[in-house]
Amino acid sequence: MHFLVVFRMVPDVVEELEVAPGGKSLETEYLRMIASESDDHALEEALLLKERHGGSVTVVAADAPELDDALFSALAKGADRVVKITGAEFGLSTSRMAGIVAATIRHTPGLLPADLILTGTQAIDDLDGLIAPLLGFHLGLPSLGIVTSVECQPACGAAVVTREFPDGVRGQFEIPLPAVLGVQAAEKPPRYVPVAKVRAAMKSGRIEEVPAPEPAVAPSLEIVRMSKPVPLSHAEMLEGDPEMAAAELCKMLAGRGLL
Amino acid sequence: MSASLGAFEAALEPTLETLTHSPEGRKVLTCMQCGVCAGTCPYGDVMEYPPRRIIGMLRAGVLEKVFTSDSLLNCVACYSCLAKCPRNIRLTEVLLPLVKEQVFLRLPEVPAELHRALQNILRYGNPFGEPPRKRTAWLKTLEIPVRILAEDPRPVDVLWFVECENSYHPRGQDVSRATVRLFRALNVDFAILGNEEKCAGECARLLGETGLFDTLTDYNMAIFTKYRFDRLVTSGTHAYDAFKYHYPSSGFRYPVEHTMTFLAGLLDRLKPLLTRRLNYTVAYHDSCCLGRHNGFYEEPRRLLQAIPGIRLVEMVHNRVNAICCGGGGGGMWMDTYYKAKGYERLSDRRVREAAASGADVLAISCPYELARFEDSLKVLGLDGKMVVRDINELLAESMEVS
Repeated sequence: MHFLVVFRMVPDVVEELEVAPGGKSLETEYLRMIASESDDHALEEALLLKERHGGSVTVVAADAPELDDALFSALAKGADRVVKITGAEFGLSTSRMAGIVAATIRHTPGLLPADLILTGTQAIDDLDGLIAPLLGFHLGLPSLGIVTSVECQPACGAAVVTREFPDGVRGQFEIPLPAVLGVQAAEKPPRYVPVAKVRAAMKSGRIEEVPAPEPAVAPSLEIVRMSKPVPLSHAEMLEGDPEMAAAELCKMLAGRGLL
Repeated sequence: MSASLGAFEAALEPTLETLTHSPEGRKVLTCMQCGVCAGTCPYGDVMEYPPRRIIGMLRAGVLEKVFTSDSLLNCVACYSCLAKCPRNIRLTEVLLPLVKEQVFLRLPEVPAELHRALQNILRYGNPFGEPPRKRTAWLKTLEIPVRILAEDPRPVDVLWFVECENSYHPRGQDVSRATVRLFRALNVDFAILGNEEKCAGECARLLGETGLFDTLTDYNMAIFTKYRFDRLVTSGTHAYDAFKYHYPSSGFRYPVEHTMTFLAGLLDRLKPLLTRRLNYTVAYHDSCCLGRHNGFYEEPRRLLQAIPGIRLVEMVHNRVNAICCGGGGGGMWMDTYYKAKGYERLSDRRVREAAASGADVLAISCPYELARFEDSLKVLGLDGKMVVRDINELLAESMEVS
C-alpha cells in the first residue's frame, strides 16, 4: 500500500509569539517553525500502517523554515520518500496550501495512486481543521477528520476508521480507498528517532524538490488585525489554613452549581 | 588543524567490534566475575543483566541479548562499578557506553518523559522545553551585571558555562546568582555565552543517545570558536565531564574546572570574605561525577569548613561510597519510568540517610541534586526539617553582611 503524509510547518509556540508592527502578521525575528503536532501523529499512523501492510510512505510539504529538519527526521523514522514544494510564498493560508499540495500530488510522478492520504486533523493555524476536507475536495476523494485509528482492509478496498466525537463518544466509519484522513492522534505516541539516524539521513537521504504549481486563485481570508489576548481577570488565591481554604473552595464551587 | 586532529582521535575510540583489541577493552576480559559491580550498582538488583553479567555475555559472544533488554535503561551512570572494580575495569567508560548505544537504538519505545526531554534538548538546547531566549532570564533578578560574550566579545579569562539546570530551574538560578556574587567578590574576569549556550549533552551520551551528544558538541564547539577565553568553568558536573573527557576529541583545548573546584582553588582569597557565621550542621553529598569519577572529595569539604559556624557531619555512605541521586545518565528524565516499574527513587534513599546524619543542611555541588533532593524532602515529609543548599549558596550567604 502507498501512504502519503502531508506535513505543515507551524509557528513553534515555545518561543513566545509577538505581533509584528502593522498588526497583521507574526514578528519573524524569533519565530521558529515546527511540524504541526497532529501531522507527526499522521506520520506515525502511516508508519504503523506500513509496518502492518507493507508498502511505502511519502511525505509532502510546502517549503518553510526548518522543514528540511522535519523531513530528514521523517526519513529517519522510516518514510521512504520526502517531497518539498518550493517557490510558494511563506505563510500560506489553509485553502492556498490545500490547492498547491493537491496539485503537486496530482502532477508529481509516483505520488499517485495512493491508498491513503494522511494529515493532521488540525493545526494551530488551522483550528477549523479544513486541510483534510479541502485536500479531499481538490483530489476528488472522500475525507474524514478527527481520526484516532485506522484499520486498512486492502482486499475490499476500504478502511475502517475510528473518529472521535465530543463527550467521549467514538464512531466507526467504513471509508472507500483511496481517501484523505485528518489524524487527531495515532494509535501510539509518535516514535522517538535517535539523532544518529537523523544525522545519517541528512548525509545519505535526499529531499526531492518540486516547484509549486501555478496556484488557481483560491478564495481566502484577509487578516484584519492580530493581537495578544488580554487577561480580563486573574486567578483568585484562597488564603488561610487548608481546611478554611477547602471550605471556601467548596462554597464557591457549589455557588456555581459545580458541586 | 585542531578539527582534523579531533577527527583522528575520534577514529581511535573503540567500537564494539574493535573493543577487545584496545588496551581498555582487553582489560574487560580480565574480569574475574566477582560481582562487586553488580552489588554496588544502585539498580543492580532490578537489572536482568547487571554489569557482571554483561561482561559474561561479551565473553560468551552473546552480547546481542543485552541490546534488546531494558537493563541498561536503569544505569544512572554513577561510576560505582568503575570505582569499585578490583581489576580496575573502567566499565562506565569502556563497555557500557557502547552497549547502551545499541540498547538505545533498539528501544521499542522511548519512555515518554525521556522522549520529551531528549527532543527538547535537541530543539531548544535544554531538557525543560523552555525557549532558548529565556536562558539568561535569571540575570534580570541580579543586581550585578554579567557580561554576555555575544554582546561584548572582548577576550575573557573565564568562560563560565552555566548549563541548563542553573539557567532555568528556579533553585538552580539561586545558585547562579550566588556564583556571580562569589566571582565578583573574587574579581574573577568572567563572561557567559548567554542565550547561545546549549546543553553540553553529557547525559545524552551516557544514556546512549550519542547522535544527540555529537550534535550538541558540534554546536557548542562552533560557538566556542567565536570567542577568546583562557579557560572554561562550568556549574554542570556532567558538563565538566563532557568538556574534560569528550569534547577534546572534537578539538576542545581549554583547561576545564567545575565551579566548586575553581572556588576551592581560590580558597585563600575567599576565606577572609566569609565573615558571617552560619550555625548549620551540614552533610555533604558527593556527586558521582565530581566524587567517584574525578576524585574531588576534599575540595568541597574544605570549602564548607572555611565557613565559620558550620559543623560538618558525614552520612553513612560518603565519598567513594556515596549513594547516587539517580539523576545521571538520563535518570533525571526517567522518574516516571522507574516509578511505573516500582523502583525506589534513589534520591529518597539518599535523603533518608542525610536526615539520619543529624544534619539540618544537605550540601550539594551538582545541579541535578538540588531539584531531586528537594523533591525527596517533600515526598518523605522531611520538608522543613532539612534544607538543600549548593555549596556556592552557603559561601555567598557567609559573605553577606550580617
